[in-house]
Order: sequence, then C-alpha cells, then structure tokens
Amino acid sequence: MTQSELTPGIVSGRLPEDRLESNFSDLHPAYDEHEAAVAADRCYFCYDAPCVTACPTEIDIPLFIRQISTGMDEAAAKTIFEQNILGGMCARVCPTENLCEQACVREAAEGKPVEIGRLQRHATDSLMERNVHPFTRGAPTGKRIAVVGAGPAGLACAHRLAMKGHDVVLFDSRSKAGGLNEFGIASYKTPNDFAQAEVDWLLQIGGIEVELGKRLGEGLSIEDLTDQYDAVFLGIGLAGVNALRAPGEDKEEVRDAVNFIAELRQTSDLSMLPIGRHVVVVGGGMTAVDAAVQSKLLGAEEVTMVYRRGRDRMAASVFEQDLAASKGVRIITHAQPVAVHGNGSVREVEFEYTKDGPNGLEPTGETFRLAADQLFKAIGQRLEGAPAGMMLSDGKITVTGAGRTSVEKVWAGGDCAAGGDDLTVTAVAEGRDAAEDIHAQLMG
Amino acid sequence: MADLTTEFVGIKSPNPFWLASAPPTDKEYNVRRAFDAGWGGVVWKTLGLDPHVVNVNGPRYGVLHGGDRRVMGINNIELITDRPLETNLREIKAVKRDYPDRAMIVSLMVPCEEWAWKEILPKVEETGADGIELNFGCPHGMSERGMGSAVGQVPEYIEMVTRWCKQNTRMPVIVKLTPNIADIRKPARAAHAGGADAVSLINTINSITSVDLDQMAPEPTIDGKGTHGGYCGPAVKPIALNMVSEIARDPETAHLPISGIGGVSTWRDVAEFLALGAGTVQVCTAAMTYGFKIVEEMAAGLSEWMDAKGYASIDEVTGRAIPNVTDWQYLNLNYVTKARIDQDACIKCGRCYAACEDTSHQAIAMKPGRVFEVIDEECVACNLCVNVCPVEDCITMEELPTGQTDPRTGKVVAGEYANWTSHPNNPAAKAAE
Ligand SMILES: Cc1cc2nc3c(=O)[nH]c(=O)nc-3n(C[C@H](O)[C@H](O)[C@H](O)COP(=O)(O)OP(=O)(O)OC[C@H]3O[C@@H](n4cnc5c(N)ncnc54)[C@H](O)[C@@H]3O)c2cc1C
Ligand SMILES: Cc1cc2nc3c(=O)[nH]c(=O)nc-3n(C[C@H](O)[C@H](O)[C@H](O)COP(=O)(O)O)c2cc1C
Ligand code: SF4
Repeated sequence: MTQSELTPGIVSGRLPEDRLESNFSDLHPAYDEHEAAVAADRCYFCYDAPCVTACPTEIDIPLFIRQISTGMDEAAAKTIFEQNILGGMCARVCPTENLCEQACVREAAEGKPVEIGRLQRHATDSLMERNVHPFTRGAPTGKRIAVVGAGPAGLACAHRLAMKGHDVVLFDSRSKAGGLNEFGIASYKTPNDFAQAEVDWLLQIGGIEVELGKRLGEGLSIEDLTDQYDAVFLGIGLAGVNALRAPGEDKEEVRDAVNFIAELRQTSDLSMLPIGRHVVVVGGGMTAVDAAVQSKLLGAEEVTMVYRRGRDRMAASVFEQDLAASKGVRIITHAQPVAVHGNGSVREVEFEYTKDGPNGLEPTGETFRLAADQLFKAIGQRLEGAPAGMMLSDGKITVTGAGRTSVEKVWAGGDCAAGGDDLTVTAVAEGRDAAEDIHAQLMG
Repeated sequence: MADLTTEFVGIKSPNPFWLASAPPTDKEYNVRRAFDAGWGGVVWKTLGLDPHVVNVNGPRYGVLHGGDRRVMGINNIELITDRPLETNLREIKAVKRDYPDRAMIVSLMVPCEEWAWKEILPKVEETGADGIELNFGCPHGMSERGMGSAVGQVPEYIEMVTRWCKQNTRMPVIVKLTPNIADIRKPARAAHAGGADAVSLINTINSITSVDLDQMAPEPTIDGKGTHGGYCGPAVKPIALNMVSEIARDPETAHLPISGIGGVSTWRDVAEFLALGAGTVQVCTAAMTYGFKIVEEMAAGLSEWMDAKGYASIDEVTGRAIPNVTDWQYLNLNYVTKARIDQDACIKCGRCYAACEDTSHQAIAMKPGRVFEVIDEECVACNLCVNVCPVEDCITMEELPTGQTDPRTGKVVAGEYANWTSHPNNPAAKAAE
C-alpha cells in the first residue's frame, strides 16, 4: 500500500484493510446472553412506562425486556414486531438517547438508562437470525393498494396492509428497496448488509409485489394509481437536497453528503473508495455527522464539520456529536460558508462567523478559510416529486389524522409528510398507522 | 476498637465467625485455608461411623438466582463426610494442634443407639477438639436412615441422645436443630432438658429449587430423577432469624447459648443474628459462593458498627433486640403512620402506584406528569410501596402525632398504647369496663 492519511488530493486506500474493517464494524456490538440478562434485569417494569410513551411506535418495552429476562427472546421479538416491523433496524439506528432511553427512569435516577436499544437488538436478532417471520396474512380482502417508496414508511405500511389480507404493490425509483436504510444510514450502524436482509425477511409475509426502478412522476402518475388501486400510500422521503447558495458551489468535488453516503453504502470494497486528505462538511444534522465520521474512518487526515448555529441547535444528538468528536472530527459552530475557492476543483472553503442576534443569525464580518479537497453539503433534504396539486405545508405533504392527504384515496407518511421527526422509527409509525387507517376505511 | 473475641460455652475464638459443618470444613486443606483467612472457628463436616457413606456422583446442588446470577439460595443433596473416620480424626488433630486459638467443633451423626455414641466420643475427644455439635438437622438421605432430621423432629430422641453425649464426654455439646418442624421451641427445650450446652440453628430446609422442564425432573437431576434437598443461603435468613429469636425469648430456654446459622453473608447479617440472641454465627453458603475472604469484610464491618454504636464486646450485642420481639397481639394499635413520597427523590417509575392500586388499598394517586401522591384517606400504612420503590428512602412511613385525626378512620390518634387484647372487636377482649 502506498497511500496514507497524508497523501495529498483525493485517493482511495488511505488505510489498510484491517483498519477499514474495524472502523466500519458494528458501533454497538450485540450482547451475549448473559450481558442481555444483566441489562434486562435493570428494568423496573414501570407502571405506564415513560419509555413506551417516548417511542414513536409505542413498543411495549417493559414487557419485551421482561420476556428477555425470563429467557424468551423470541417472544420478546414478537412483542417488538407487533408494534414495529422494522424493530431490528430501529434497534440499531434510533437515537435512543433522545427517545426511550432518555425517558427511562434510571436515566433520571443514575444517569444510566436501561440499554433499551441494545436489548431490542438482542431480541429481534434472535428471530431474524433464524429467518423466522412471526406473522401470517389475514384472509384475502380482494383490495389492492399501491405503496410508493420502499423506505421505512413504505415498508411498514406495506407489511401491515399485507398482514390484513390486502394485496400490495410496492414501487420504488431506486434499484434496491430499503430507502435510507439502504442508502443513508451510517455503515457502522447497520453492517453486514442488514438492510437488505431485513427487507427480505419483512417480505416473507407475502402479498407484497415489489416494483423497483419505478418513479412516481415518470411513467407512474398519481391519477393512474388512484384509478387502478383502492388506495395509495406515499412514502417517498426527501429526494431533493438544499443548496448552499455560496459562490463557487458548482466547482468539482463539491457534493451532496447524501450522495457520498449512498455511494459509500453501496461500495463493496471500501479500500477502493476515494476520499480527500482535507474534507469539509457543512451542516449540523445526522447526515453531516455521518458524512464527516465516515470520511474520517476512510482515512481523511483532517475532517471539519461546520455548522452555522450553536451546538445546542444541532439536529445531531449529543451522542452523535460526541461520536464525531471521538473519531477525530473537528466541529466548528457559528460559521457559515460564504465562498468556495479553487481552480476547477474546490481547494478552500471560506466561512464567516455568525452570532445570534435579535433577528436571528447575524454575520460578524470575520472570516476564515479551510483547506478542502472535498466539500460535502449536508444542510437538509427537501421533498421532490410530490404530485401536483397536493397540499403542502412547510414544503412537505400536508396530512391529517393517520396520514390522510388532501387527495382522495391517497395517504402519506415518513419524511415526505409534514409533522414528526425525520427518523426511521417515526417513518415506521406513520406507515403503520396509515395502513391501519386505510384498512379501516376500505373495510368500513 | 471493639473486642470481637468470643467465649461460647467455654470455647474461645478470636471472633464469632465460624464456618458451619459443610464442604468448607470437609477436610484439613480447606480448614487450614479458612484459619489462615481469619475465621474464628469451624464446625468440622459431620462425622459418622465407618463404613463411611457415599455421595451421588452427579450434581448435588440446585440454586435460586437473583439478578446477574447472584446466588440467593442453594440446596444440596450431599450427605455427611464420605471419608473414613480415622482420616478425619487425624486431620482434626493436626489442625487443632497448629491453630490452638481457633474453635474446633466436631459435628457428629451416628445411629440413635448409645453404643454408637460411646464408641465415637472418646475418639473425638482424643483429637483435642473443643466441642461437639450433634447434627440432628440433615433433611435428606441421612433422615431416611433414622438419623439427622429424623431425630431432630422428635424431641424425646433429642433429649435422649443429648443426655448420652453429656454422660460420655467432657466436651461441650451443641445441638444443631432442624428447621423442618412446626415449633422450633420444642426441640430446643428438649436439647436443654438433655443438658445441652448450646443449640445451633438452622440446618437446611427441605426444598426443591427448580424443575428441569425438558427432563420433567427436579434439579439437581441425577440420571433423570431428582430428590428434595436442603436449602440454605441468603434466602433462608428470615426463617433462621425468627427461629433464633423464638428460642431466645422462650422463658424455658432464655439463657441457652445459640450459634446462629442460615444465610449469614455480611457483617450486618452477623449483627442481626447476635441481636436476636446468637453468641456466634456459622457460615456456609456465603463462603461457598465467594470463598473464605469474606470474613475480612465481616470482621471490619462488625467492629466498625460496634464502635459507632459504642458496643465494646460481642456479649453486649447478643440478645439486644430480644426485648423488642413480641407477639402480634401486643403491637400498639394506636400507632398510626402514613406513607410519604419524597417528590425530589422520586424517579417516577410508578411501581408504588401499581402495587397499591392493583394489590393494596388504592391509596396512591397518579397525577399528570407522573406525580405520585399518597391519599391519606385510603392509606392503611401497609408499607408495600416502601418495599417496592427502587429508590431507598424515597417513600417513608411518617407517624401521625397524637391528637391528629386519621383521615382514613376519622379517629383521633390516641396517645396511649392499646393492643388487640383489649380491642372491642376482639371476642376474647378483657375490656376494662
Ligand atoms: C445520512 C442519513 C443518516 C440518517 N441516520 C439516521 C439514524 O441514524 N437514525 C434515524 O432514526 N434516522 C436517520 N436518518 C433519517 C431516516 O433515514 C429517515 O427519517 C427515514 O429513512 C425516512 O423514511 P422514509 O420511508 O420516509 O423515507 P426514505 O427512507 O427516504 O425512503 C423513501 C423511498 O422512496 C423512494 N422514492 C423517492 N421518490 C420517489 C418517487 N418519486 N417514486 C418512487 N420512489 C421514490 C426512494 O428511492 C426511497 O427508497 C438519516 C438520514 C440520512 C439522510
Ligand atoms: C453442601 C452442604 C452440605 C452440608 N452438610 C452438612 C453436614 O454435613 N452437617 C451439618 O450439620 N450441616 C450441613 N450443612 C448445613 C450447613 O452447615 C448450614 O447449616 C446451612 O447451610 C445453613 O447455613 P448457610 O445459609 O450459611 O449456608 C450442609 C450445607 C451444604 C450447603
Ligand atoms: S403504605 Fe400501603 S396503603 Fe399506604 S400508600 Fe403505601 S402501598 Fe398504599
């Protein structure tokens, strides 16, 4: 190997294979049986437990943990899957520190919550590793439903509808199902191709026909769908990316972080993936953290994440921020990009410091430059491809109740729908609830 | 520094911590390690007549685990020593010679016939041992042969065998009692009547710890079958404490020395047994779980606590709580308390609510924001919420002062003591009208 972290420019193979492998291995390794028993034993089996309320899918957490502690891992898994069919993925990617574990009374008592996420993984793995699907389909209803978008929202919706006996056609514009589970989530949260394995496992319910490479708006129209199907669910996520609006943004090696991450997730050999020596990431959310951390893990010498407001306003959780810091990512706050310099390709990014003023963020006039072989933009995704005429609020599809849109027979959920956090688990909850609502309406 | 030395039925030991007759005291090697670790005395694993018994060759223990595989209780189907009598006697003699300051008690179990005792007692005496303990307790295996608890359950036998021993040896005689009996005072009185110098208790409790649901057999399972065994360890401590106190406060046996056994694991357990009348304690399961080193914690903890309380010697602690052990009928019915929840300490788990709402008196209100408050009108002061609360001292019981009205009963709290014997609802009340 001839490349190192210090090799100038953008090159692949900065790190030896074994380091790449350990860098991208499981962030939270699975428990063994005894660890799980000890962790489960810490649960107090609270009355009307606050963790359940904090979970967007309202998994009966005390019950599944008690099932683990009595040696019934698979029963625990069923308790989870009844509420959240993507409980396996959520166990790996949920920011539990902001959800169930934040609500855990042991967090209040001693600052150490029951490790609900890892226990959930322990339970769900027990069934999924044996490739056992715990549900069977209800009697056929004769109803056909189109689900557009095979991300967490679409998958959860399709599964619940299939369980109820409906026939589902699941469309996605990409070549693989899974949505951001497959193309977005950080590698070290879901190694070993877990996302595809989970999709395959989920589809075992039967009654779901998957149509890949089919894009709504390109040969597939909402009118056709509403004509041909009894109901339509849209879970199309946020396919667009916000622009920096700084001069020089069009230079080479200025990329959307989500594209870089998708490429990374689809690379079978990480030692072949080129990365800059100096990488700058603009943004303060989960995407920014993931792009920055993974750049570092690929062997970039210097990775800087720049966010225009203070740390407390970052969408990335404290855990994520700490993770970035621990991997050697430098985090600069209160600075925004004003220009991208370089001759053809980016060489430097110029920032201006900001401060919080009475009318929001104000530039201070003080600037600085960061060397950059690559600049990743992670300042938010936006909805793209919503059917014309559908009512939007704040750029997302307006929904009432369990995902009803302004268009007859059409429901929506997940990131593309207004309201709720942009999280995997929220998408699952919304997809599931829309399915229940569709079912209730179709079956009257 | 508190003085931990003890003199129990004339037997001196540097501290009250003895190892009970069991595997830890089974042979010379273990006992030397125990003495080196600091144990004040041992009761040697029970000897019998040759030919020696044999043990099963499969597992002999069952277990009850708490969280993180903490051993709460063990049961066993082991018998008395399975080594020749001469071997044991030779080893006892050698150890006693090398550790003259430690208590060396020899546990015995031979058939219920005088010749058998006459035969073994001189041999034990010859070792230089300080005393003997009669094993009337073993609930399995030996009892089927008419020994152990088969004797311990018949007070007349206890008295008879104790008398034989007193007549045939100059060594102090400690009678070890079985808890597998309805009223522990009866065998204690019998031992006393037979001239026993002391009693020790408890031996193990008849038990099945668990069932192997695949084999459909009790555990430990020997070739597909299991049998009841003797239960010991922290789980049996409450039973042992009660039995010790029963003997200590029985006028017939009030001054009979007691060696307390059953679940002793920490200095606090020791202090509790002493307070209820024990002069020494014996330990088995805790040593089997953690090794001999635990005696260091017991010694340091007990002396620290005694210093803090101003107790200079073990004697000053023995029996200290006995005047406060009474019968239910003498408890003060005019003592009224209410549960109080410390809102700052509360972590909002709601276990008190579930306990009181589902299984007690619906005396805890769950308010918005998961605020839990006691409803005095309903609280009967049962204490369950205190027990199930995971936070120490978060829920406490507060006494209602004299003159205040108990909102539950509408009655004013009376200042004077009044118990069930004079209560109007008691058909047998000796009312003072
Ligand atoms: C980099 C990154 C990291 C993240 N990390 C986490 C994390 O750690 N934890 C967490 O909880 N959340 C995380 N999130 C957020 C989470 O991934 C999303 O909230 C979640 O995937 C939303 O699910 P969805 O089904 O609504 O949308 P998506 O997962 O985006 O799925 C939408 C699907 O619709 C398809 N589609 C889009 N447009 C069309 C169309 N016109 N026609 C047909 N198909 C279409 C897409 O191909 C895609 O498969 C992360 C997001 C990103 C970008
Ligand atoms: C494996 C085992 C063997 C025992 N063998 C004897 C014995 O031979 N003689 C005896 O008097 N008690 C015997 N006991 C009972 C103990 O001496 C002691 O009374 C009992 O275990 C309670 O104390 P603990 O709770 O500290 O273990 C045995 C206990 C165990 C666990
Ligand atoms: S003491 Fe008993 S009755 Fe009173 S609040 Fe607690 S659990 Fe309820």
